[in-house]
Amino acid sequence: MDFSLTKTDRLFLQMIREFADKEVKPLAAEIDETERFPMETVEKMAKLGLMGIPVPVEYGGAGGNNVLYTMAVEELSRVCATTGVILSAHTSLCVAPIMHFGTKEQKEKYLPKLASGEWIGAFGLTEPNAGTDASAQQTTAVREGDHYVLNGSKIFITNAGYASVYIIMAMTDKSKGTKGISAFIVEKDFPGFSVGKKEKKMGIRGSATCELIMENCIVPAENLLDQEGKGFKVAMWTLDGGRIGIASQALGIAQGAMDETVSYLKERKQFGRALAKFQNMQFQLADMETRIQASRLLVRRAAWKEDAKVPYSADAAMAKLFAAETAMEMTTKAVQYHGGYGYTREYPVERMMRDAKITEIYEGTSEVQRMVIAGQLFK
Amino acid sequence: MNIVVCIKQVPDTTEIKLDPVKGTLIRDGVPSIMNPDDKGGLEFALRLKDKYGANVTVITMGPPQAEEILREAYAMGVDRAILLSDRKFGGADTLATSRTIAAALRKLDYDLVITGRQAIDGDTAQVGPQIAEHLDLPQVTYAESLEFDGDKTFTVKKADEDGYQVIEVDAPALVTALASGVKPRYMSVRGIVEAYDRPVEVWNFDSVEVDPATIGLNGSPTRVAKSFAKGMKAPGQLYEVEPEEAVEIILAKLREKFII
Repeated sequence: MDFSLTKTDRLFLQMIREFADKEVKPLAAEIDETERFPMETVEKMAKLGLMGIPVPVEYGGAGGNNVLYTMAVEELSRVCATTGVILSAHTSLCVAPIMHFGTKEQKEKYLPKLASGEWIGAFGLTEPNAGTDASAQQTTAVREGDHYVLNGSKIFITNAGYASVYIIMAMTDKSKGTKGISAFIVEKDFPGFSVGKKEKKMGIRGSATCELIMENCIVPAENLLDQEGKGFKVAMWTLDGGRIGIASQALGIAQGAMDETVSYLKERKQFGRALAKFQNMQFQLADMETRIQASRLLVRRAAWKEDAKVPYSADAAMAKLFAAETAMEMTTKAVQYHGGYGYTREYPVERMMRDAKITEIYEGTSEVQRMVIAGQLFK
Repeated sequence: MNIVVCIKQVPDTTEIKLDPVKGTLIRDGVPSIMNPDDKGGLEFALRLKDKYGANVTVITMGPPQAEEILREAYAMGVDRAILLSDRKFGGADTLATSRTIAAALRKLDYDLVITGRQAIDGDTAQVGPQIAEHLDLPQVTYAESLEFDGDKTFTVKKADEDGYQVIEVDAPALVTALASGVKPRYMSVRGIVEAYDRPVEVWNFDSVEVDPATIGLNGSPTRVAKSFAKGMKAPGQLYEVEPEEAVEIILAKLREKFII
């Protein structure tokens, strides 16, 4: 057993940490305040190859792996959770299913533009009446000759409006339940496709979260991803990978809050000594540091298993569950330990606490993660 | 066009610890980085490569672990990397170092040699100019920008203490670069993924033609009389007052110290 990072991992961390601190951190407060999608950051990430980390070189990617990808999401989220989720949704929810389920033609058409960052990717499963119960899909797809006609709407879609490609789930046969769901690669310019209202959110406010509307949307038959009726399988496989991305985001938020808190407690003096000298502070942060390190081990193991192509569904669920709850606890404590200052927007921990909450909700709530983990226990 | 960039691995700290007996740097536990001025010089070279299709080689002299900055240079986009490493090169001062590097450069084709102005561990700013002298190359130091006419002439904006000089120099030439003139690019992800699969050529004493008496510790005339860490300055005093009052306070302090 070897827990050490490879030389490549270390070189990558050197780059992504510097990139996060110099290019991403300076924008974090502003894009949160103004709810602005940081397109200039996406362009910078694209230039470095960050939008196609695990994509093979033959499809225009960097030829990296999921471990590097999780490090990227973690380090970006350490300073800005919005930027972390933009990369996570793009890579895990759109690039990955095309890589895994796509035909050669689909890969050749979509991966180079997604990996280069010319196109941003997104994923549409959730509907107003189909959240955790994804089988209650109401969006329909009807085959008509050489194309499908999609009707329905999706909500809470990350990167919506900025994405050019969406993986969309729709019912091709309602009578079959989850086995009647199919997955489609939908381009933003397909007739009948539009982006609806943008959500006003508690956190990750720079990320675009919108409704998608499909009104007699024409999708070429060759854009069916995998086979008819396999959409639920595609979605569940995709979310397994996505959970590693969100776990990385949560881990990054927790680490960011820890870094801010440690430096604040060293500076801030009360009763004649630095807060860092109080044993209660030390013990509380020792507990949190242990949880953060444990989260990192879970995240890296899940990513490593995905790279090794061994089953990782429960590992991804455990990583997300633990990292998300750690992020919430760490950021809540960070605000508490910053006192009144922590409650203001002068300090980043207030934003981090708002950002952390979503990691317990999206791509499967913590309850869903427990279902997945228990499902493996009692199978 | 062939460009060779000389780079150095240095400890990443402003609080350099010194061995009180030997007067040399204690490097254990201090993270190492590519020297900032050298990285600026590397960026100059890579920009010329982007624009004119140059072939960029990096060369460093140091212990085996100096290979790390060569991998970083690969990930930034260089074409070839050479590590000059031999115990016989060890203990070199600037003169012995520049002789060794010049000997290596004689083995290479170049139109332009770029070095950093100075390394943050020694701050001598001597190695670049000395290499130019050994190779009988025209040199332009303290470059904040570097342009090429596409034929044979480089235009260098050279920073002086109180202004700039714009100097034209024909290839082959040597330029020493300032980190302040340019923002080095980040390593690309693909560059990182491939960096450790690419060859680093290790050149030892036998790879270059140089008189052993003129290199390493024996070839180093410099003797360090004394090394010391810069003492801490007294903590400053902060006054949050109106400008008028601030002026009075500053004047009083300057008078108190007999500065005015």
